[in-house]
Amino acid sequence: MLITRVLVLTIALIAATATAHAQISDGIVKIGVMNDQSGTYADITGPGSTTAARLAVEDFGAAKKGLKVEIVVADHLNKPDVGSSIARQWYDAEKVDVIVDVPTSSVALAINQITRDKGKAFLVSGAASSDLTGKACSPNTIHWTYDTWALANGTGSAIVKTGGDTWFFLTADYAFGHALERDTEAVVVKNGGKVLGKVRHPFPTADFSSFLLQAQASKAKIIGLANAGADTTNAIKQGAEFGIVKGGQQFAGLLVFISDVHALSLEKANGLVLTEAFYWDLNDKTRAWSKRFAEKQHGAMPTMVQAGVYSAVLHYLKAVEALKSDDGTKVIAKMKEMPTDDPLFGKGVVRADGRKIHPMYLFEVKKPAEAKGPWDYYKVRATIPAEQAFRPLDQGECPLVKK
Amino acid sequence: MPVQALFGQVLIGLINGAFYAMLSLGLSVIFGLLNIINFAHGALYMTGAFAAYFLLQWAGLGYWWSLLLAPIAVGLLGVVLEKTMLKRLYHLDHLYGLLLTFGIALIIQGGFRNEFGSSGLPYAIPSQLTGGYNLGFMFLPTYRAWVVVFSIVVCVGTWVVIERTRLGAYLRAATENPTLVRAFGINVPRMITLTYGFGVALAGLAGVLAAPIYQVNPLMGADLIIVVFAVVVIGGMGSIMGSIVTGFTLGIVEGFTKVFYPEASNTVIFVIMALVLLVRPAGLFGRTA
Amino acid sequence: MTATVKDYVVVPPVSVAAAWPRHQMLAFAVMVGLLVIAPFVAYPVFLMKALCFALFACAFNLLIGYVGLLSFGHAAFLGSAGYVSAQSAKVWGLPPELAILAGTATAAGLGLVIGALTIRSRGIYFANITLAFAQMVFFFSVQAKFTGGEDGIQAVPQGRLLGVLDLQQTYTLYFVVLAIFLIGFLIVYRAIHSPFGQVLKAVRENEPRAISLGYRAEHYKLMAFVLSATLSGLAGGTKALVFQLASLTDVHWTMSGEVVLMTLLGGLGTVFGPAVGAFIVIGLEHWLAQLGSWLTIVQGAIFVVCVLTFRRGVVGELSRLLRKPL
Repeated sequence: MLITRVLVLTIALIAATATAHAQISDGIVKIGVMNDQSGTYADITGPGSTTAARLAVEDFGAAKKGLKVEIVVADHLNKPDVGSSIARQWYDAEKVDVIVDVPTSSVALAINQITRDKGKAFLVSGAASSDLTGKACSPNTIHWTYDTWALANGTGSAIVKTGGDTWFFLTADYAFGHALERDTEAVVVKNGGKVLGKVRHPFPTADFSSFLLQAQASKAKIIGLANAGADTTNAIKQGAEFGIVKGGQQFAGLLVFISDVHALSLEKANGLVLTEAFYWDLNDKTRAWSKRFAEKQHGAMPTMVQAGVYSAVLHYLKAVEALKSDDGTKVIAKMKEMPTDDPLFGKGVVRADGRKIHPMYLFEVKKPAEAKGPWDYYKVRATIPAEQAFRPLDQGECPLVKK
Repeated sequence: MPVQALFGQVLIGLINGAFYAMLSLGLSVIFGLLNIINFAHGALYMTGAFAAYFLLQWAGLGYWWSLLLAPIAVGLLGVVLEKTMLKRLYHLDHLYGLLLTFGIALIIQGGFRNEFGSSGLPYAIPSQLTGGYNLGFMFLPTYRAWVVVFSIVVCVGTWVVIERTRLGAYLRAATENPTLVRAFGINVPRMITLTYGFGVALAGLAGVLAAPIYQVNPLMGADLIIVVFAVVVIGGMGSIMGSIVTGFTLGIVEGFTKVFYPEASNTVIFVIMALVLLVRPAGLFGRTA
Repeated sequence: MTATVKDYVVVPPVSVAAAWPRHQMLAFAVMVGLLVIAPFVAYPVFLMKALCFALFACAFNLLIGYVGLLSFGHAAFLGSAGYVSAQSAKVWGLPPELAILAGTATAAGLGLVIGALTIRSRGIYFANITLAFAQMVFFFSVQAKFTGGEDGIQAVPQGRLLGVLDLQQTYTLYFVVLAIFLIGFLIVYRAIHSPFGQVLKAVRENEPRAISLGYRAEHYKLMAFVLSATLSGLAGGTKALVFQLASLTDVHWTMSGEVVLMTLLGGLGTVFGPAVGAFIVIGLEHWLAQLGSWLTIVQGAIFVVCVLTFRRGVVGELSRLLRKPL
C-alpha cells in the first residue's frame, strides 16, 4: 500500500534523473549547445545554432581525424536559473567539455561563472553584454560574435558621421537596454552628436504608440532603438504606421538580426540602419555556406549568431586537435594563441580578454523594389575594420589584461 | 510637456483602452452570466489573430473577411471547450474554472509556440485603412481611428443586447435561476454554451483588430491576460458597463503614465486595482460577491 | 455566490490528541528514508531544487488547503527572500545561516504587510489582489539597483554554515537543505495539527459561526498567511544559496502559477501532497527541457486533467484509496 506511495516518488525521481546518468568516458569531445529553442530568440539562435555546430563538426572532419565528437542540446528558456542548472548538470554529470551559444546576457553571465569554477570552456555567440570581456572576463570564456560595445560603436558612430547627429532613445527598461543606451550615447556624443531625449519603456511592451509620439515630438533625426526582439520589431512596425520614416526620421536598430527583418518584411523595415558581424550574401564563401545551412533549416538564412557558433566550434576543434586535450582552460588559452580562419568571418584573432576580433558591417535594409530574391535584405553601408570594431583592450577593466 | 502633445497621448490612450475594453467585455460577459473565470481569454485573443493570419495565407481571404470569420472560428472553439470541459465544473467553486482555463491557455500557447516560434508573423494593415490624418498635435493613423470606432460600436452593441433586449433578459434570468427559466421552455445549457462562444468570439475579434498593429505571435495574449483581469476586477466582475468604462479609462491612465513615469506603465493598473479593492472590495460597479 | 472550499478540498477530520497517526509517521519515515538515500542515486543539485520547491509548495498549501484562500502572488515571498539572502551573503558578507534568516525575515515582513491589506477579501478577489501586490514587488525588483535587473544577483557565495559546515561540498549542502525542508515541513504539520489548525478549519468551514463563537477569524487567517509567507521565504532564501543566484524568474507571476500546479497535482490540503507535486513538476521540467514548448503544453494538460478528473491530486487519491489522511 505504502509501496504505491514509494513508487510514485521513485518514479518521479527516476523520470527526472533519467538524463542525469551517462556512462561517457573522456575519450569524447562533448559540445553542449544551449540557447532559446522555442522563445523570443529561437529564430536568432535556436535549432539553427545546433545545425551550425553540426556543420562545423562535419567540416572539421572529426571522423577522419579519429576524434569522437558529440553534440547535446538544451533550451534555457532565457532564464538564468534554468541555464545554470543545465550547465551544472552538464559539467558534473554528463561530462560536457564546452558550452556554446547562450543568448540572453543574464544566462551567459551565470554560465560564465560556473564554467570558470569548474575549469571548462564557454564560447558565447548569442549574448550581448560587453561585461563578458570586461569586468566578468574569464580565462575559460571567449566572446565570439558581437557585443553591446561593438553594436553601439558601429551603429552610433557610423550614423553620426553620415549626418544623423540628433538622437532620441527608445530604451527597454532593463539592464541590457540601459547598457546599450549608455554605450551608444557615449559614442554619439564623442562623435559630435546630441541626444535630444530618451524614454524607457517596460520590458516587454506591445504598444509603442505613446513612445513613438514622444520621439516624433523631439524632432530628432535618428530614433535609436535600445531594445531587442519583439520590442524592436513592434516599434518599427508601429513606426511605419505613424509615418516616422515618411516624416523624415530614421530608425537605428541597435540590436537587430536578419530574422527580425524577415519577420517584419521589407515594407516595414526598409531604411533601418543596423550593425551585424555577418550577412549571408557578403561573398562567395558566405553564400556557399549559407546555402548549405538553409537546406537544413527550411530555407532560413543564418543569423550572425548562428554563423558565430559555426566559427567558434570549428576553431575550438582545431585547438583540441593541436593540444590533444579537452581541458577547458588549456583549450581556451590555445584558441587565443592560434589565429582564426574560417569561410564566414575570414581571418581573425582572439584577444587576451577573450574577445574575438573580426570586421563589423553597417547595413541598411533595402526597399522592397531593390530586393532581387528571398532574403535579399541588406546593402552594405560601411565596413568597420576589426581593430576599430571592438572596445580597446585597455578600456575594459578585465583583470586578465596586463597593463 | 506642452498641452498639445498631451492631447496626442490621451488619444493614444483611448485607442489602447479600446482593446482593453473589448477584451474585458468578453471576460465580463462570461463571468457575469456564467460565473466562469476565463483565464484562456488571452490565448483565444491570440488564436483570433492567428486565424486572421491563416485566412490570409491559406485562403487568400483578407482583413474584412477575417473580421467576420475569425471570431466565428474562435467562438466555435469556445463552444467545443465549453461542451467538453467547462460544463463539468459548474457545480464547483469558480476557482476550478480559473485553473482549468489557465491550463487550456498553457496548452494553446504551447502548441502555437511549438509550431510558429516566437518571432512573430507579419500581417498587413488593409489597404483601405492605411495612411492617416494630420491632426496638428499628432499624426493619427487611420487604422487606429478605425479601432476605436469599431470597438465602441461593438461594446455598446453588446451592452445593449444584454441589458436591453429580450434575449439578454433570458440570459440574465438563466444565470439567476436556471431551473425556473428552463421551466419556461428555454434551453438553458445551449444558451450558456452560446454565451461562452460569444464571449470568446469577442476575444477573437480583438485579436483580428490587433493583428495588423501588434506582431501576430503566440505570446501576445500571455501578459495581456492579467491586465485584462485587473480591468474586469476593477470595473466589478459581472458589470459589463463597468468593464467598458474601466477599459477605456485604464488606457488613458496608462497613456499619462507613459509620459510621466514610463517604466511603471505596465504596473500602474495593479496599483489601481489594489487601491480600488481595498476601498470597494467588489469593484467600482460590481455587485458584492 | 460565496466561494466555499468544501467543494474542492477533501480534508478528513484531523485529531489533535494523537499528534502523529501511525500511518502518517510511517509515510514520514519513508519520505525521510528516500530523501537520505536519494543524493547517492540521483543528481543532488536537481534534488535540492526539488526540495526547495517542495517547501514552497507546503507553505502555499497551508494557505489554500487549510484556509481556503488561493493566492496568486506567492512568488513575491519566494523571490524577495531570495534577493535579500543573496544580497546578504554576497555584498554584506553574512554567513549562510544569517543570510537565509534575513531572507526569511523579509518574506515574513512582506507577508504581514500584504496579508493585512488583503485578508479581508475572498475567492477571486483575493487571488487578484495578491496578484496585484506581487506585480508591484516584481516592478520593484526590476527597478531596484541591487537586484541587478534581469541579470539577477549572481555568484552568491555559499560559505560555511555555523562556521563549520562547508556548503561548497555538494553532499554537505544537500543534507543542510534536506534539514531545512524537514524543519519547514514539520512546522507546517504542527501548525495544522494543533488548536490553531482546528480554529482555521472552523473558520474555513463556516466563518460567521466561528466568529460568533468568539474567534477573531481575520487574525487567524492573517497568522496563517504570514506563516505561509515566512516558510516560502525560507524556501527562497535557501534556493538562492543553493544556486548562487537570485533572479527575476522567482518574482514573476508565472512562478505563482507553478506553485499552484505543484500543489494541485500533489493534492490540495494533504500533508505530503505538495512535496510529491513539487518533485513531479520539477522532474517533468528537467525531463522535458529538451523538448521546448512541449513543457508548457504538458503543464497545461496536467492542470486540465487534474481539475477535471483528478481533483484530489496524487496523494489525495492515494489517501482515498487507503482511507487514511495523508
